[in-house]
Amino acid sequence: MFCFLILIPFFFYDRKTPHSQMKHVFKIVAILVAISAIWIALLETSTVPRSYTWLLPIYLVVVLGCYGLFMVGFGLMFFPTCPQEAILLQQDIVEAKEFLAKKGVDVGSE
Amino acid sequence: MEAAAGGRRAYSIIVPTYNERLNVAIIVYLIFKHLPDVNFEIIIVDDGSPDGTQDIVKQLQQVYGEDRILLRARPRKLGLGTAYLHGLKHASGEFVVIMDADLSHHPKYLPSFIRKQKETGADVVTGTRYVKNGGVHGWNLMRKLTSRGANVLAQTLLQPGASDLTGSFRLYKRDVLEDLISSCVSKGYVFQMEMIVRATRKGYHIEEVPITFVDRVFGISKLGGSEIVEYLKGLVYLLLTT
Repeated sequence: MFCFLILIPFFFYDRKTPHSQMKHVFKIVAILVAISAIWIALLETSTVPRSYTWLLPIYLVVVLGCYGLFMVGFGLMFFPTCPQEAILLQQDIVEAKEFLAKKGVDVGSE
Repeated sequence: MEAAAGGRRAYSIIVPTYNERLNVAIIVYLIFKHLPDVNFEIIIVDDGSPDGTQDIVKQLQQVYGEDRILLRARPRKLGLGTAYLHGLKHASGEFVVIMDADLSHHPKYLPSFIRKQKETGADVVTGTRYVKNGGVHGWNLMRKLTSRGANVLAQTLLQPGASDLTGSFRLYKRDVLEDLISSCVSKGYVFQMEMIVRATRKGYHIEEVPITFVDRVFGISKLGGSEIVEYLKGLVYLLLTT
């Protein structure tokens, strides 16, 4: 029965799309179904005490949330900035205006 | 290697403009400065700017030549995707570069796009702000937070094959760009994301080069709640269709 669950996403497999690939959402659904199947199997066989097994999905959500927060926080801490580029750009603008004004291009007014 | 006037160019640089009178002059100067030995043309697609952008472009044509700067105007604002398509119709280059006119994309990075394409034979070279030697200037904490959040979400769910999805400083092989534009339907910067995700799914070879991004107009309707909603809608749309 659990094997059947795993097979479900493949019924959605779209042969008609070029390059014969699954739509991305079905890859995600496939992963979720696989995880659910393992979870249900654990619940049924009771290799681990049931009270623990019931909590596993909550742990999973918490772990995913932590991963997201960590990635965002990490990205923020090491967000690449370039203040010197703003200064260089101002110099380029002055240089361009000088050159173009000499060539008779009307860059004087905004 | 220089083609005769009117001949085919190696690179076509498409710059959509709307009220960029001063910026378009500066960007044209900087492109010519940084690509001295390259056979290229600049195609300005102006959406009927009331500020006289087209007059400036005509003056620039007098300086640099009408065969190097092509003005392909449209009567009014008609959207970014169709602006690229419009520019593409008039492009003779084997490769097409797309960049913004507001100087957030600096032409000094053009040689690295061209070099990267030559070295790797890539179909798409995309500029990325989120790697070493890249960067952003002019964003506050909120803007950075939104950007990182959006990026983590997209990288986890979509596996898009590029680190900077919403940037639009890119070099394409001409036929690849034609193919991608014809299969993309989104608007705004979801369009940029759709382009790169579809390129990955279609199996095109994508390479990245670091770019810096100086945001000089931050604060003017840049990122509100509605943009975030649009982004999330775009993400769901791409999950379901790619």
